[in-house]
Amino acid sequence: MSLIDVRDIVKIYTTGDVELRALDGVSFSVEAGEFVSIMGHSGSGKSTMMNILGCLDVPTSGAYFLDGKEVSALSKDELAGIRNRKIGFVFQGFNLLSRSTALENVELPLIYAGIPAKTRRERSRAALERVGLGDRMKHRPSQMSGGQQQRVAVARALVGSAPIILADEPTGNLDTKTSGEIMDLFVELNGEGHTLLVVTHEPDIAKYSRRTLLFKDGRLLEDERRHLHA
Amino acid sequence: MLETLRTAFRSLLSNKIRSALTMLGVIIGVGAVITMVAIGAGASANIRQYISGVGSNILIVIPGAPSAGGVRQQAGSGASLTLQDAEALSRESFALRGVAPEIYSRSQLVYGNMNWSTLITGSTPSIFDIREWKIDRGRFFLEGEAKGGAKVVVLGATTAKNLFGEEDPIGKTLRIRNVPMEVIGVLAPKGQTPWGQDQDDTAFVPLLTAQRRLFRRTTANSVQRITVSAIDGDSVSEAEREVRAILQQRHKTGNGREDDFDVRNMAEMLDAAAQSAKVMSLLLGAVASVSLLVGGIGIMNIMLVSVTERTREIGIRMAIGARTSDIRTQFLLEALLLSIAGGVIGILLGISASKIITGFLGWSTLVSPGSVVLAFGFSVFVGIFFGFYPAWKASLLNPIEALRYE
Ligand SMILES: Nc1ncnc2c1ncn2[C@@H]1O[C@H](COP(=O)(O)OP(=O)(O)OP(=O)(O)O)[C@@H](O)[C@H]1O
Ligand SMILES: [Mg+2]
Repeated sequence: MSLIDVRDIVKIYTTGDVELRALDGVSFSVEAGEFVSIMGHSGSGKSTMMNILGCLDVPTSGAYFLDGKEVSALSKDELAGIRNRKIGFVFQGFNLLSRSTALENVELPLIYAGIPAKTRRERSRAALERVGLGDRMKHRPSQMSGGQQQRVAVARALVGSAPIILADEPTGNLDTKTSGEIMDLFVELNGEGHTLLVVTHEPDIAKYSRRTLLFKDGRLLEDERRHLHA
Repeated sequence: MLETLRTAFRSLLSNKIRSALTMLGVIIGVGAVITMVAIGAGASANIRQYISGVGSNILIVIPGAPSAGGVRQQAGSGASLTLQDAEALSRESFALRGVAPEIYSRSQLVYGNMNWSTLITGSTPSIFDIREWKIDRGRFFLEGEAKGGAKVVVLGATTAKNLFGEEDPIGKTLRIRNVPMEVIGVLAPKGQTPWGQDQDDTAFVPLLTAQRRLFRRTTANSVQRITVSAIDGDSVSEAEREVRAILQQRHKTGNGREDDFDVRNMAEMLDAAAQSAKVMSLLLGAVASVSLLVGGIGIMNIMLVSVTERTREIGIRMAIGARTSDIRTQFLLEALLLSIAGGVIGILLGISASKIITGFLGWSTLVSPGSVVLAFGFSVFVGIFFGFYPAWKASLLNPIEALRYE
């Protein structure tokens, strides 16, 4: 049984009377412990796929099995539980709470997981230090650079030690050096047993993974597996 | 839960002015309810206190409205009651404890270069017992002095103070309408009536003295009023029946002929007044509650705006694992915090407003614990009631749509 198993996923957006097939029959599966990169042109449906994988959105048709369970059969609260404990999500647009500090943002998933304040604080600090923001804990998003905000988002995704980490262009705003650091961190997490799916535009970044899914116009064009040569 | 409370608290603090303005509605509402109820309760408590001070079980007999040539005159204007009526009442009744015929008029009292105008009542010594006057200094006048028309006067506390200041009035001679009168007593103060009249601004003289020397009444034996008291509370109505029967017999009225006198039950009148004060206070409270309702609608309005404004925030919270109930609780708590804080401040405001009203206007107010509990309970209810809809609306949001909201 695969950890993630999607079958014939279709997502149609209707704007006015124009129908747009953002995903057009996508099927693949991911085993626990894999590190998968997702590539494709802008508008090819990568984010749409990630949102469905992250239990944030529902497909128009097709089935999504997470851990063997059909996601569409789950209740709202069960989905909330999955988003909280099973999945760490790094959004393309960060999605940080603007009125909260970096530390508070990172703590948020732990609050909803019901973890006591002290442990919460310790783990959030550790996560921020891991992404190299040990000195920015009390800053609000508006007081940080785009790259720093992105790293806060990464810290928030990994703080709950969710088995699956979904990252939608986590290095989009970073210079090559910091991108490398984040990717090294992902490799490290993968080594610890986390399953990773990372969307990226850059082939260099994709090289960190053993498997690349290439999207084109809402279809899965290629599913390439390779040996790491790093 | 504690965490949600903190979150709610912080989000209110981050928008202080708006939170304060929203609270203002509840503050004013709760404050108004408490103040209004306090004013009403104060008035009715005042009246009740007055009843107990004025003498209980009292009936007042006044000359009725005789039809003179078809023109109905004002009650109390006739000259139908006489001293003999009073004597008959005390002689023939069983349910009466005291009978006091009275004549009264406003007059100047002069002492040295001081003068003071007050209500002078001529009556028998039983008036002091019936009206439950206590003596402060000196003594009441005696039966003999009343019968003999002695030139003595008992002053109310206010009258004594205005004429004599710090001086001891006992034994001093003052003049009423040029008749020298000796002050033999000063009454213990009773304070104001509920309608703000100073009961101590008064003076008592023997009935005969008033009739013969001071007021020079034309119909020698007529009195303006007979105040009687029943033996106890249970015999008030029995006493009223007796008084009516005795006077009807003497005046040959009843049986189809209209009475030329009227018997009024003091306690009943005051009770009615107290009752209407209470109704009034409830009415005022009800009107004030409307403003509390308006305050609640204000909370709902702001919470709805807040939900819309914070759609993205809600989306983020849901995306990282907030359940529907977490979101609902957060917004409900925000509304509740607003209304509870508003309620507490409103209670303080209401209590101080009541104090200020007592201080400046002299109205007595009574903040009852009941009204505080009620107002607080109501504001909590308002918070839950008007907070629920926005909270529920927020919790229904779909995470991805909330995240896309601009
Ligand atoms: N909410 C929406 N309503 C309508 N159309 C949408 C919506 N979201 C995405 N789309 C469309 O679906 C298609 C796929 O969008 P998606 O965001 O998945 O692309 P992407 O591969 O993530 O692109 P990028 O690399 O630029 O992030 C696009 O053509 C986009 O215009
Ligand atoms: Mg995208």
